Amino acid sequence: MEILKTESLVKNFGGLRAIDQVDFRLEEGQLHSIIGPNGAGKSTFFKLICGELHPDSGGIRFRGEDITALPQYAISHRGMSVAYQLTNIFPRLTTLENIRVAMQSRKTTYNFWSRKEALRDLREKSASILETVELGSKKDELACNLSHGEQRHLELGIALATEPALLLLDEPTAGMSPEDTERTIQLIRQIARGRTIILVEHKMKVVMKISDKITVLHYGAIIAEGKPEEIQANERVQEVYLKGR
Amino acid sequence: MSFLSTRSYLGLILVIAVLPFILPYEAIATQILIFGLFAMGYNILLGYTGLLSFGHAAFFGLGTYGAGLSLVYLKVGLFTGLLIGVTAAVLGAMAVGFLCLKRKGIYFAMLTLAFGQLFYFLALVVFDNYTGGDNGLRGVPVPPISVGGLEFSIIKSPLSFYYFAFIFCALSILIMNRILHSPFGAVLQSIRENEKRSQSCGYNTNRVKWVAFLFSAFFSGLAGSLHAVYYQLAALNTLYWTNSGTAVMMTILGGMGTFIGPFVGAGVFLLIEDVISVYTVSWQLFVGAIFMLFVLFFPLGIWGTLQEKFRLWRLRG
Repeated sequence: MEILKTESLVKNFGGLRAIDQVDFRLEEGQLHSIIGPNGAGKSTFFKLICGELHPDSGGIRFRGEDITALPQYAISHRGMSVAYQLTNIFPRLTTLENIRVAMQSRKTTYNFWSRKEALRDLREKSASILETVELGSKKDELACNLSHGEQRHLELGIALATEPALLLLDEPTAGMSPEDTERTIQLIRQIARGRTIILVEHKMKVVMKISDKITVLHYGAIIAEGKPEEIQANERVQEVYLKGR
Repeated sequence: MSFLSTRSYLGLILVIAVLPFILPYEAIATQILIFGLFAMGYNILLGYTGLLSFGHAAFFGLGTYGAGLSLVYLKVGLFTGLLIGVTAAVLGAMAVGFLCLKRKGIYFAMLTLAFGQLFYFLALVVFDNYTGGDNGLRGVPVPPISVGGLEFSIIKSPLSFYYFAFIFCALSILIMNRILHSPFGAVLQSIRENEKRSQSCGYNTNRVKWVAFLFSAFFSGLAGSLHAVYYQLAALNTLYWTNSGTAVMMTILGGMGTFIGPFVGAGVFLLIEDVISVYTVSWQLFVGAIFMLFVLFFPLGIWGTLQEKFRLWRLRG
């Protein structure tokens, strides 16, 4: 089943065409990676899908609905969530509260009167997400006091908190040591079970290990698409990656 | 930490219940009550939502003039006068908030400042036939209130006004405590910490900030309304931008983002003013210097620093 589809997506920045007529299809339940050299338009594509940017032309359909013009918070409520490349957490809230407040968005915004602790199920579910991202022992710690690797995991936790149908991960292993990268790959594998994920990544090793399907972007256009071994064997991709053309 | 942060509002209500007997005279206690309420209302925006408004004099002043004008010209009862004051502040905030929140950071701050001054000049020049212009609106009547069939005047003695205002203030503290510790309060703090992330979690942050703006104006307007009744005057300087500055200074001095810090800040600010102004007319110089010392060396403010010290002390066991 198709969960996300873009049709001739175009985005310009001044005179630069960052995304050029991209037709992209995503099957439900897959871990689909988007790769490409620096400046290929990966991040722009990512921001277009989640609604942080809006395309100049073309359309985006998510679960059968046109989401092209929706603001980001509305897209979030339709079942998409994001883990950013630059850690994007709530620094002076506790680790647990980071997850809890993200999860609360599914339930209530303008409840002025109850105590937030009264929403017991949110607390319990948040605690179990903290366990999933291996931060169970740090629940009362302020997020700003976590290590870089832990903050990356918290970032993932916030993205999971809204129970998304589609999870967008922007370079989840950016700036990590090889050991932390390995741990995070394991974690993503675990999260990917039963979920649909778009992974934007720079490290080829990571992508080849965990993807079901890979799309290669170059100068804002798709130049190849297929299973990891097909992409590895693709001459055009090798050219772009090795020679930078 | 537990008592200091979760039950602090009860402690605060107890302290202000006996404030006129602790301080040398009642007038200063009444001022602290009114400006403490103003600063706490302001803190909903600055301390909890992370929005720096430089125009809160507008909402305090709309409360003052709303109550003052309706008591003078419409001859309404006292409670109706206060209600009109608060309503004026909230209606003003609906428009001002909607427009100012279209911009962020320094542009937001400048817009609020400009709107604040707009109301000042409306009262000074445009509607001076009604507002008394530079002199303010003098002779605001304070109709007696009836409780259980008994009529009595709340301005008979300074203490009777104090406890009249105390009831409003204590109720406001209870309500603010509920709001700020509610799920909505949690969303406000998420916006303060990281608005972009809050948005991507699915919150319509612009609308949430607007609602926070209205709450903030509600309590600022209530403080302003009480101010008009207490002085029997709608004073022009309640609308002046320095009154916005006062709210900012009191909040930061006491500890923004802590629940009772702004009230503590208002108390310390007004007491310093009271003591120093006996010796010199340039008391503002000293208040300014103390404010600067706090920002430089105790950026968490008085209450914020105490809370932090207490937390560290508990951690050490």
